[in-house]
Amino acid sequence: MRKNGFARHALIETLHTVQSSFGFLDDDAIRFVALSLHVPLSQAYGVATFYHYFTLKPPGKHTVTVCAGTACYIKGADKLIAAAEKRLGITPGQTTPDGQISLMTARCVGACSRAPVVLCDGEVAGEITSEQMLEQLERWAVE
Amino acid sequence: MTIEELEQIAKSVQQENAGYDYEVNVCMDLACASQGAGALKDALVKAAEAAGKKVLVRRTGCMGPCSHGPLVRVDPEETLYHHVKAEKAETIVQHLGGSPAPELQCDLNDHFDKQVRVVLENAGCIDPEKIGDYIAHDGYKALLTVLTEMTPSGVIHRITESGLRGRGGGGYPTGLKWGTVAKANGDVKYVVCNGDEGDPGAFMDRSVMEGDPHRVIEGMAIAAYAVGASKGFIYVRAEYPVAVSRLTTALREARRHGLLGNNICNTPFNFDVEIRLGAGAFVCGEETALIASIEGRRGTPKPRPPYPASSGLWGKPTLINNVETYANIAPIVRNGGQWFHDMGSERSKGTKVFALTGKIANTGLVEVPMGIKLREIIEVIGGGVPDGHKFKAVQTGGPSGGCIPEEMLDVGVSYDALLKMGSIMGSGGMIVMDDTSCMVNVARFFIEFCMTESCGKCIPCRAGTAQMYTLLTRICTGQGTMDDLALLEDLCVTVKETSLCGLGQTAPNPVLSTLKYFRNEYIEHILHKRCAAGVCQMAAVESENEVVA
Repeated sequence: MRKNGFARHALIETLHTVQSSFGFLDDDAIRFVALSLHVPLSQAYGVATFYHYFTLKPPGKHTVTVCAGTACYIKGADKLIAAAEKRLGITPGQTTPDGQISLMTARCVGACSRAPVVLCDGEVAGEITSEQMLEQLERWAVE
Repeated sequence: MTIEELEQIAKSVQQENAGYDYEVNVCMDLACASQGAGALKDALVKAAEAAGKKVLVRRTGCMGPCSHGPLVRVDPEETLYHHVKAEKAETIVQHLGGSPAPELQCDLNDHFDKQVRVVLENAGCIDPEKIGDYIAHDGYKALLTVLTEMTPSGVIHRITESGLRGRGGGGYPTGLKWGTVAKANGDVKYVVCNGDEGDPGAFMDRSVMEGDPHRVIEGMAIAAYAVGASKGFIYVRAEYPVAVSRLTTALREARRHGLLGNNICNTPFNFDVEIRLGAGAFVCGEETALIASIEGRRGTPKPRPPYPASSGLWGKPTLINNVETYANIAPIVRNGGQWFHDMGSERSKGTKVFALTGKIANTGLVEVPMGIKLREIIEVIGGGVPDGHKFKAVQTGGPSGGCIPEEMLDVGVSYDALLKMGSIMGSGGMIVMDDTSCMVNVARFFIEFCMTESCGKCIPCRAGTAQMYTLLTRICTGQGTMDDLALLEDLCVTVKETSLCGLGQTAPNPVLSTLKYFRNEYIEHILHKRCAAGVCQMAAVESENEVVA
């Protein structure tokens, strides 16, 4: 906040910083940011819920993000999502009950030339098959 | 900073490089990096040291053919190596100065010969984090020329003369836009760079921001001088962390060299740039929504007029251009408007960068002159559809674009030609589909995208896309009727004509274009409950078969 001079228009930057530090935005954090930047709580909450990048729920220990951009879709990303859903028993946006793995989808990470792409804890894995992805999930599950 | 000082920097970088016998450029763009380019670079440095050769190993931006990654280019011979693993570093170092290593050499002459590089001229030649590399390649020369020798109206005249049109997709003449902002009343004006590359399947802007960030900054500074602004914003998607860090470094370096800040080049011109992060909303590529997002609000569009050129960021006149548009500015200023005007087709000038992806042999970035035939891009540059499959369609323009069938491939690429075919130029994503793709399902995919990305402000877009999605889902599951199809077409027209912003107005394009060129697939889904590509699961048919059995 200080970096941006407590400017009200730096709300999105501030929320980014909070999320990268804590992993998600909880009610206390949003309230604190709104109070410090002198923006209405409704605006801060509105922004936090409007943008897909912000999450209000704590993520799992590991996150697998399947890219669902057009190039990945053409190359079978839907099958990857289905395989992950089946293995983990959750739908995209959820975390397994033991808090180990979160399943996410992304709107294009810009690595389209290597579609289909899966991000394993932020690491890009291109031209991935369902088997390779499931192997990774198995490794995480037994940790 | 003066022109003499700039030349001094360029000279010292060239002298430093001349101290090396060979230059080995390693592509470190996302695609190559995800295949181990980082380890490769370290291995090359080590191998060169061990062999006692004077080698400059340089990290560069995207070289183009990503499907051949990791890529390495050896200068001055310009030998391109592909699929280079870290353990091959020694082989490359051994072959320096001799004949190229045959097992690694990449033969893509057809791929490169058809291309013309303007925006990507530095891609694969400079280290994006070193301002000296950029200056040695004529960087910032255009800015200093403009500041010391040209008037703002002279700059606008040159851009108008070049015939450059907005590369974000709309194709609005850039010179005209600059002229409008320059004429607008107000002491405070802003220059904004739209780096919110929301189109799934497109990554040109990311590569430019990551591979050659100074080019974007220089373009923005020239624009600011021309329109009379002293503050700029680059709006980048949060999904591109590397682009953000490269731009941050570039801005810091530019400030340190006096190329941003107060009294640039000892003239009264002041300019500085701030980075603003997006947060994953496709609608923020729309200019009024982007402005709302920079102001720290929800990214919902506003009706236009007033256009941002008269009332934009905080109500001040604002110039908004795309990354690629700014990247074209410096070469136009350096080489003259006529030089740019001579390239391309009648109403679309210059070159365009496309991200070629999908079912095609050479995926990656290509830059071609406007007016080139789609067939040349796909079959010659792209190397055609692999694995013996048959080409079906090429999708341009992302969720706002359309699918172009085989019989239209001989049309030259231009804003107007693509619009006539029911698609748009868009920011430059080009996704090739073969016979394993079902066009009805593709249309449903895009409508689902637009449905979830709709900001919800206006009803045609919010409710219309949801209804279209329901109808398409019915057709895809074999429950559709011909009445559904008629309703769908009707709805397309309504949404197209009554939505508030570009997202809604173009959302029906994928449906309309597939209906136009692949209507038989829709009919087949409805009447015969059959999906030729085998993508759609026909629930209704399966249960019928069970009854028969």
